[in-house]
Amino acid sequence: MLSFTPYENPMYFGILGLALLPIVIGILCGKRFHWYETLISVFFLVLTFGGPKITQGLALITYLVYEVLLVWVYTSYRKKNNQTWIFVATVILAIIPLVIVKLTPAIQEGKQAIIGFLGISYLTFKAVQTIMESRDGVLKDFSPWFFLQFLVFFPTISSGPIDRYRRFKRDYDHVPKQEKYFQLLQKGLHNIFMGFVYKYMLAYVFGTMWLPKLEHYALMAHGLSWSLVGVMYVYSMYLFFDFAGYSLFAIGTSYFMGIETPINFNAPFKSHNIKEFWNRWHMTLSFWFRDYIYMRLVFFFMKHKVFKSPKTTANVTYIINMTIMGFWHGVTWYYITYGILHGVALVVNDWWLRYKKGHPGKIPHNKFTEVFATFVTFNFVCFTFLLFSGFLNTMLIAK
Amino acid sequence: MDTKETVLNVLQDLTGTDLSGDLDNNLFDSGLLDSMGTVQLLLQLQSELGIEVAVSEFERSEWDTPNKIIANAEEMQN
Repeated sequence: MLSFTPYENPMYFGILGLALLPIVIGILCGKRFHWYETLISVFFLVLTFGGPKITQGLALITYLVYEVLLVWVYTSYRKKNNQTWIFVATVILAIIPLVIVKLTPAIQEGKQAIIGFLGISYLTFKAVQTIMESRDGVLKDFSPWFFLQFLVFFPTISSGPIDRYRRFKRDYDHVPKQEKYFQLLQKGLHNIFMGFVYKYMLAYVFGTMWLPKLEHYALMAHGLSWSLVGVMYVYSMYLFFDFAGYSLFAIGTSYFMGIETPINFNAPFKSHNIKEFWNRWHMTLSFWFRDYIYMRLVFFFMKHKVFKSPKTTANVTYIINMTIMGFWHGVTWYYITYGILHGVALVVNDWWLRYKKGHPGKIPHNKFTEVFATFVTFNFVCFTFLLFSGFLNTMLIAK
Repeated sequence: MDTKETVLNVLQDLTGTDLSGDLDNNLFDSGLLDSMGTVQLLLQLQSELGIEVAVSEFERSEWDTPNKIIANAEEMQN
């Protein structure tokens, strides 16, 4: 049986084009066929999780049933009651499958949990977000069937971008006007072609042609070497073009379906500081962490006056937030260190901006300092990506 | 003190800038507000004006200028 990783080969794109055609014609005629959208979502899920990957497919189905029931029960409960412990318990129940999947390789020497499947984290983000918005009382008309459509929306199921329930619903219930839809088609096509350039040209050159060679030399050198510096930059470029390319495919495909999935990357290496970087890099993940972890923790700490000063509150929460992000990437020393380093960088960044503001006129600010700031940010980010790549771990083991 | 004045005072405390002459300044783009400042703003609005804004209700694009914040606060008071 045919089996594909999303957006991985020409045939996938061929099938995708054919499958999208009825949707495009429908929207151009002012109609949305929700039954057909569901049908092709299921079809692509079968292509991704069927055949040789059927264990993943079964895990996905079980997971979906579990999460939909859980969120459904919670939203029904929330209509009448609003106890904090029920909310906390629901969030814990929602993330338990993901926690098991992330912990299993760390405990059982690299073995994968059988309940895991490609994209489990992204579905968990959507479920937790829905629970939190329901707790806040902003999400009142919960529909389990729509929630399922939101979870399995196939263009973004495997690696995001992470959409929001209410935003997705606005697009899903609405047929874009012809003029607007033409713009979407144009943008979608542009995204997909940019995706080809990013993923199949640039990421290929960096990741497949250059990276293995540089890694080989760096391993031979045992320790610090120019090749290792090369690995750092080349891996960073590969990571960006591969992931940004994938995101462009997912966003472009969504546009064809009349869904404006939020963008994921916005020229991240142009950032002047690390805070700006997180507003430009893997944006939907970073905004999810900002809205559902950072802001909520800060709110909790401030309301209960846990820390004396707002600065301390912000700093502690930065570290917690980014450390959780590190753990989310995987329970290994290098992912966790990566998270903590970014947390510390955010603290230092805030401190520096405050210092600058507090000493007006003392610190020069011109074109040159801006270029320098971008340079420092870029190099810091690349260094953390080297850590993130796990290559330093490979070097340690090889010694 | 009316709502507008209260909001502007809260914003002045938070950003260290008098915004009364600059009501359409985008507070996030100009770096005057961030997530931390946002939460402080929500808590201040709660204690000073008695309006409760949940974090989920806070859509950045709808709260990014003093004018929008004043309008939202006034609407929620009624």
